[in-house]
Amino acid sequence: MYSYIIRRLISAVVLLLIVSAVTFGIFFLLPKLAGQTTDQLAQQYIGKAPTPADIAAVKKNLGLDKPVFEQYWDFLKGIFVGVDYKFGPEAAKCHVPCFGYSFKTHIEVWPEIQSRLPVTLSLAAGAAVLWVVSGVATGVLSALRPGSVFDRMAMTVALAGVSLPMFFTGALALALFTYQWPIFERSDYVPLMEDPFLWARTLVLPWVTLAFLYSALYARLTRAGMLETLSEDYIRTARAKGLREGKVVVRHGLRAALTPIITVFGMDLGLLLGGALITEQVFSLKGVGAFAVEAINANDLPNILGVTLLAAFFIVLCNLVVDVLYAAVDPRVRLS
Amino acid sequence: MTDSSEDTKGTAAAAPEKAAQPAAFLDVRDLKVHFPTDDGVVKSVDGLTFSLEKGKTLGIVGESGSGKSVTSLAVMGLHRAARQQRSKVTMSGEIWLDGKELVSADPDEVRRLRGREMAMIFQDPLSALHPFYSVGTQIVEAYRVHHAVDKKTARKRAVEMLDRVGIPQPDKRVDDHPHQFSGGMRQRAMIAMALVNNPELLIADEPTTALDVTVQAQILDLIRDLQKEFGSAVIIITHDLGVVAELADDLLVMYGGRCVERGPAEKVFSAPQHPYTWGLLGSMPRIDRDQTDRLIPVKGSPPSLINVPSGCAFNPRCPYADVPEDNLTRTVRPELREVGGGHFSACHLPQEERERIWTEEIAPKL
Repeated sequence: MYSYIIRRLISAVVLLLIVSAVTFGIFFLLPKLAGQTTDQLAQQYIGKAPTPADIAAVKKNLGLDKPVFEQYWDFLKGIFVGVDYKFGPEAAKCHVPCFGYSFKTHIEVWPEIQSRLPVTLSLAAGAAVLWVVSGVATGVLSALRPGSVFDRMAMTVALAGVSLPMFFTGALALALFTYQWPIFERSDYVPLMEDPFLWARTLVLPWVTLAFLYSALYARLTRAGMLETLSEDYIRTARAKGLREGKVVVRHGLRAALTPIITVFGMDLGLLLGGALITEQVFSLKGVGAFAVEAINANDLPNILGVTLLAAFFIVLCNLVVDVLYAAVDPRVRLS
Repeated sequence: MTDSSEDTKGTAAAAPEKAAQPAAFLDVRDLKVHFPTDDGVVKSVDGLTFSLEKGKTLGIVGESGSGKSVTSLAVMGLHRAARQQRSKVTMSGEIWLDGKELVSADPDEVRRLRGREMAMIFQDPLSALHPFYSVGTQIVEAYRVHHAVDKKTARKRAVEMLDRVGIPQPDKRVDDHPHQFSGGMRQRAMIAMALVNNPELLIADEPTTALDVTVQAQILDLIRDLQKEFGSAVIIITHDLGVVAELADDLLVMYGGRCVERGPAEKVFSAPQHPYTWGLLGSMPRIDRDQTDRLIPVKGSPPSLINVPSGCAFNPRCPYADVPEDNLTRTVRPELREVGGGHFSACHLPQEERERIWTEEIAPKL
């Protein structure tokens, strides 16, 4: 088991290195390929009317004049040991993990992202708990009585959930519960440690809307998986032991049906942690997703790079956790 | 069409009038298991009667779809274990196990008997064991359903059982998962799990079909030894006459959801009284047979259980269907009649004619 985890860990690190290289390559090579000179890149950092001396200084400081491999190496080094930038009034150490400075605001990328993380984490975690519990429960109940009124209603709702886009359900929820009946007033994010009640209250609507979308998918997934596992021979064996039906369904049926659900959950959660772009926009939450949108709109390369790598990191991390969970759930996985 | 008028002499002689408590340990009377489907009612078991004493082995033979597995699942109450299954099956008749009637009993009551008083071994141990739990965990679970003991005690019991069924290093293998066991060991573990609560009735549904030939004999020996040790009643369900020849005291031949022949095993083997049994014997390979002789298959395919042929269900495949007069085989369903010594047969052929065909035409070719 431990050797399995270590193997997965090593491959996760390798994967992250590859992802970072490719992302870095794309973001710093593409402008070049598009005919943008390093002067123009440096100019983005300075602003409107730079002198040639300014440009030269910035190029030197940011290392824009170096070959791309060296730049990538410096970038990696910055993430692990930090970088000292020595120029101008804001001469400072860019702390670990250093993703550089924003071209537009000249603020360090990481602290900016870091300040947005709690919002996205709260949003994703709360919604994930909601959708896993409701989705899996609905799926199991549907599978126990396929074709029943409950099953048909649940699956119709699930179909609606899958089909309706986030910006529609989100806007609808806002219109109904914030403007029509102001149950959940619009307010800025409140940190959990500051006021748990307010924290939850601001997040209820985004949680529910996000969970509605995802739980629909999970209900269908669970239902299909349960219908399959409940017809397996080992379920009959479990019944032949004299186990109560509840235990048969949960310990023997659901346990086996969980594997595909864990896989999808890892992907979904990883993607969400990298920023719930639409949800954060709809509910004006200043999370990582909103940050990414701002960065892209401003064409702020270091910010885009930082947030992209963060998203990649979360996806790789979640998949790592999924792999370990997999092995914990299904002992046959550990062998391969 | 009722078939409860079956002759109750012989093996079932102890069974008195209907609804009265029988003397036999397991007494199945006029059991019907029907599955309503969109295409019609599937009459998987349609009026089956038999009884079995403790310490005895009953072999139920027949081809796929003859209703033998459905019978065993019905005795175990497994057609109605889950609520969602109950609307899909209708059962009638009586199943008496040690003085308790199971068909009319509350499903939860039957559940409590399952695994404790009656246990079952399935055909394919790889798919019948849960792939995610260790063998030990699964045996411990089976034990703790019926015994209020802590996990440690139950685990000791599991190791003991694994040892008893011949698993080497049971204290280590108890933590292995089914995929780490060989096919024969899996079936041994399955047997250990079935016997962990000392059940008085053991049903083995094709216990050797999925195994290597060499392992088959070992498993059959094991079942026989354990039966002697525990004194339980055993039902072996198989399509392999070789298996029942080894183990069974009594034999029940099923065709189209009904019993066509029943009796002490040596009688059924030495003087079978039904053309279908002849067919089964003829299609069984034998080592002592001349290699140039060909196996004689039973022609045609098993009957539809929705539209069972009228008269004798075997008549479309029976080479002697035209022998009885008045088209009897195609119009009247034959009842089980005793041919002597607890040996019953449901066939319209006159007994002298059957004995003549067997001794002159069939037996020499086997």
